[in-house]
Amino acid sequence: MNNVFVYCEIDGLNIPLVTYELLSEGRRLATALGVQLEAIAVGDGLKSKIEAQLVPYGVDRLCVVDEKHLHDYLTAPFADVVGEVLAAWKPQIALFPATFEGGDLAPRVAARLCTGLTAHCTRLAIADYTDPVTGETKHNLLHQVRPALGGNIEATILTPQTLPQMATVIPGSFVPQRVDEQYDCEIVYHAHEKTAKLSHTSLVSLEDGEQAGKNSLSEAKVVVCGGYGVGSEKNFRLLHELATAMGGEVAATRAAVDAGWAEREVQIGQTGHTIRPSLFIACGCSGALQFTSGMKDSATIVSINTDPDAPMNALADYVVIGRIEEIVPKMIQQYKEKK
Amino acid sequence: MKLEIIVLLKQVPDTRNVSEALMTAEGLVNRNALPAIVNPQDLFALSEALSLKSRYPGSVVRLLTMGPPSAADVLREGLWRGADSAVLLSDRALGGADTLATSYALALAIRKMGMPDFIFCGHQSLDGDTAHVGPQVAEFLGVDQVTNCKGVSLLDQDKKELYAVQKRHAKQAMLSVAPPALVAFSGSSSWNDTYNAHALLTYKHAATKREQAMHPVLTPAQFESRPYLTIEQWDANDIGAEGHRIGLQGSPTRVVHTEAVSFTPKGGEQLTDSDADIAHLVDALTALNHG
Repeated sequence: MNNVFVYCEIDGLNIPLVTYELLSEGRRLATALGVQLEAIAVGDGLKSKIEAQLVPYGVDRLCVVDEKHLHDYLTAPFADVVGEVLAAWKPQIALFPATFEGGDLAPRVAARLCTGLTAHCTRLAIADYTDPVTGETKHNLLHQVRPALGGNIEATILTPQTLPQMATVIPGSFVPQRVDEQYDCEIVYHAHEKTAKLSHTSLVSLEDGEQAGKNSLSEAKVVVCGGYGVGSEKNFRLLHELATAMGGEVAATRAAVDAGWAEREVQIGQTGHTIRPSLFIACGCSGALQFTSGMKDSATIVSINTDPDAPMNALADYVVIGRIEEIVPKMIQQYKEKK
Repeated sequence: MKLEIIVLLKQVPDTRNVSEALMTAEGLVNRNALPAIVNPQDLFALSEALSLKSRYPGSVVRLLTMGPPSAADVLREGLWRGADSAVLLSDRALGGADTLATSYALALAIRKMGMPDFIFCGHQSLDGDTAHVGPQVAEFLGVDQVTNCKGVSLLDQDKKELYAVQKRHAKQAMLSVAPPALVAFSGSSSWNDTYNAHALLTYKHAATKREQAMHPVLTPAQFESRPYLTIEQWDANDIGAEGHRIGLQGSPTRVVHTEAVSFTPKGGEQLTDSDADIAHLVDALTALNHG
């Protein structure tokens, strides 16, 4: 029987939320298909430390690969391990997190298995599909929904001919749900030997980034975010002033990051952070879905834009039409006076 | 010590600032109306390759793109910035490819160009946005990969090892990478968006054979006497591609449905940039007591 398979990302011995989200969605799909949920956890020192945390989410078969040389993530050995297990277990669906690790690993494994991969999915469903050309109907395919083309459309993507149907899933897309504390699971301990093959790359060091000490974006109550419409690095500095005056943090859209005005670490949206602050101030953000998916659940949203028709304005509680360099200094002034 | 680097470039529609005017009546983006640019992260990959080239004279930077004949434009952009030569992979049979079929074709083209020490590319493209092609090209070539790379420098001249900085969310990994390997860059380019004057003069009229036939300035004889001006153009046969592995047929994924994303307007309060309106806004926001 072809089952549903989840790659469990593990950070040391800490299990990130996205792993539970994927297991829960995997459980739901497996139940809909009437098959089992399988999962793999790869790392060092995992044995009898992580099983009891993963199994209650409804895992029927868990593969634990616990080896010294798998302490830190590296593409080659992890792709070998996961590729081997997928080739042996032959699941019909394989889910990976759309994180650094899942994003690095999944395409490599998909190419090895010569199967399709859909990136950055936000919704998954099981449904039939009739090929419009051949008229052939395939039952119970994975319908993978993701934002596409700068976020202006949502695309549904299938992998109708090859297995497994692979997808990476954006963190925060699904709600983690424990099924049963005593869930009955078969646990398999799989050995992996360190080989010289593809070992051209080695990890020199792994450090906490510059952002580690700072107030993290995901915890900030107030976020001032700049888009391409901010227009210049000089204008972008105004956003930092406003954030300081308001006691908030600065974030950016992908276009503003690409323009070099902000670091990628503060990027909001599909390929960046998903945040829900109490107050989100969007400055010169056009409002592409790939961006808004990362901030639309903020409690109060302000959009400052020269374009009255910017899609961003539709999401805002307050829309201010005008130029950043006019409006933001006035706001800074007002906030300073209030202090 | 000389490095051989192949840089993968992609021509993409600039989806960064899609305005109302560029939407079709059905609410879809009119891709043809968007300006065609070099994928920004690919440009960053090229700048990293060119800075290694300038530090280690004799190094060679070659370009490869796959796309319609008009994609020769991105190769010229690369040559004008300082690359040495360029290959355009163009064939209707390669069209409609997903990332797997694209990567298969690119890997074959790289083999035909001759395996370099390193392959540099952007981490992801503006239009596809998958970040699959780097790892999949690496897999098909059987070489190692470094994705999400912020920058490289040479670690060991004898072994030609690179030192690569890789962002792993809040963490930063330092990797030593020996050739052959693929590095996919996600750096934000602080690179000057200008051409190299010498390269621009040299390669100003660089063109594919097809473009040369109707070139407004140079004659076929002039192109023949300046072979560096020829952008190689290959089709699926030239790279020895198997028909069932390229284009739509070679693509395991299918887009079966697309839907324009419509916003339900919240009907927010509309304000101007007047002093009174801004004061009102700040009052309202302070009253919410977010701090």
